Amino acid sequence: MPFYVSPEQVMKDKADYARKGIARGRSGVVIQYAGGILFVAPNPSRALHKISEIYDRIAFAAVGRYNEYENLRKAGVTYADVTGYQFDRRDVTARGIANWYAQQLGTIFTESSKPFEVEIIVAEAGESAEADQIYRITFDGSVGDEHGYAAIGGQADQVATVLKERYSDGMTLTEALSAALAGLAAPAGNATPAGNAAPAGNGGERPELGTGQLEVAILDRSRPHRTFRRLQGARLEQLLAESRAAEPAESPEAPKDETPETGPATGPTTPPSDPIGPSAPADGM
Amino acid sequence: MAPRISSFADFLASYAPDLLPGSAAGRAPMAGAHPGPGGHGLPDLPHATTIVTAICDGGVVIAGDRRSTAGNMIAKRDVEKVFRTDEFSGMGIAGTASVGLEFVRLFQVELEHYEKMEGRSLSLEGKANRLATMIRGNIAAAMQGLAVVPLFAGYDEVTGVGRIFSYDVAGGPYEEHRYHSIGSGSVFARGSLKKLYRDGVSSSDVVRACVEALYDAADDDSATGGPDLTRSIYPVIAVVTADGYNRLSEAEAEEHARAVVNERMQSPDGPKAPLSSG
Repeated sequence: MPFYVSPEQVMKDKADYARKGIARGRSGVVIQYAGGILFVAPNPSRALHKISEIYDRIAFAAVGRYNEYENLRKAGVTYADVTGYQFDRRDVTARGIANWYAQQLGTIFTESSKPFEVEIIVAEAGESAEADQIYRITFDGSVGDEHGYAAIGGQADQVATVLKERYSDGMTLTEALSAALAGLAAPAGNATPAGNAAPAGNGGERPELGTGQLEVAILDRSRPHRTFRRLQGARLEQLLAESRAAEPAESPEAPKDETPETGPATGPTTPPSDPIGPSAPADGM
Repeated sequence: MAPRISSFADFLASYAPDLLPGSAAGRAPMAGAHPGPGGHGLPDLPHATTIVTAICDGGVVIAGDRRSTAGNMIAKRDVEKVFRTDEFSGMGIAGTASVGLEFVRLFQVELEHYEKMEGRSLSLEGKANRLATMIRGNIAAAMQGLAVVPLFAGYDEVTGVGRIFSYDVAGGPYEEHRYHSIGSGSVFARGSLKKLYRDGVSSSDVVRACVEALYDAADDDSATGGPDLTRSIYPVIAVVTADGYNRLSEAEAEEHARAVVNERMQSPDGPKAPLSSG
């Protein structure tokens, strides 16, 4: 004989459960720059991606439980490919895909006993920055139409606060990457006792994310046909070096102090504890 | 527990089979019709004609003429029959043009779908085998006169060479060595390539040989179109190497076509192969 549980309580329990699951992983950031849209997520794995291509001008970023968002990603690719094959490649839009994800996640949230522990972003690079679209979809199927930048994950609010300060229209790729890294470092920075001063931009308290811990990709609107590109290896290293070199110009501290300070600063920051399992060898993509 | 294999064509076959090329053929009331243009039951549909392909140093060249014919009429002067299928491969089509174009579209999505789903490209053999399955799936339509025969060529990233795969209406693939051609003018094109082709030469020399072969095909086959200098319609030529699929620009294609036409002004049958050795 089941006890009566009010619908409010059921929904609240499910939402708490999903939020808790999502909060275990690290955040992801999507940010516009002059040439397109940049995606950054801390991810030690080279094979299990958090950021992926959906279609010619559309990409996908997710945090949370890997098997769940991987299912959503594959369904999204199929949705896009069928639509594009049936009509025309231009008829595949981020809005359509975001809507479809919202329907799926909404249904799963209300009808199944276990909600998906995921938060996803679908972004489309338009012909110009004004035509760019960024949609953030949460575990219960609500859709947010974001402008300029969006953050997902357990610490999304803290990350978004930093992004709001750092974001400006028409940033270069280097500036956008720098802003994204500052955003991703924000929650960890607040956690350290010394990190109560400037919210970001202070290199000393930032956990340095190397190329091995970062997954970075862009939708490059100048490219024909498929605009999605992963930034990896030497290209990413160069970009990271540029974005860090640009950083001390904003903070008054001497740039030389940055290197020794980052050593101990990375200590208290816990390594990414993503629920996506061990890293696999590079797949050459 | 059945895994979902990352094939777009397989998915479409279960999800929306009507979207597959030639899917309406089984329902069309024309059983017993003779295949081919001018056959009973089917009106004369536009047909794509000659495609030539030849391996060059570090890659492969694909070229096609621009004519499509419906019976004894020219259906279109500037049709394109050579397509990029992905970064390192391309295909040409001969046979019913409409179904062929659908096949190209489906195959392009098939390769891209796999790449996005799995995070890696199919091997060149994998691509060739997928195309064989798709062509075989069209056999009912082919028996009713909607036959399509592709020619698939690509750069093999593992071995670093260009490779050619041919098909028949029931599938394939058959790997071809050095060069191959398909379509109504293929007999003449192959005869021409037999005399002109040299192993291990640069892509620009192989492009020249392919344009010569297309010229020879157009010379003797009414369904193959030669370079149309008056309308500026030249063959579609693509070179696939380690740098990817590169379709030659109009200007480059014109340069090759004009060179061949000018040479034929002097000797209409083209270059003479030497009879005596040495």
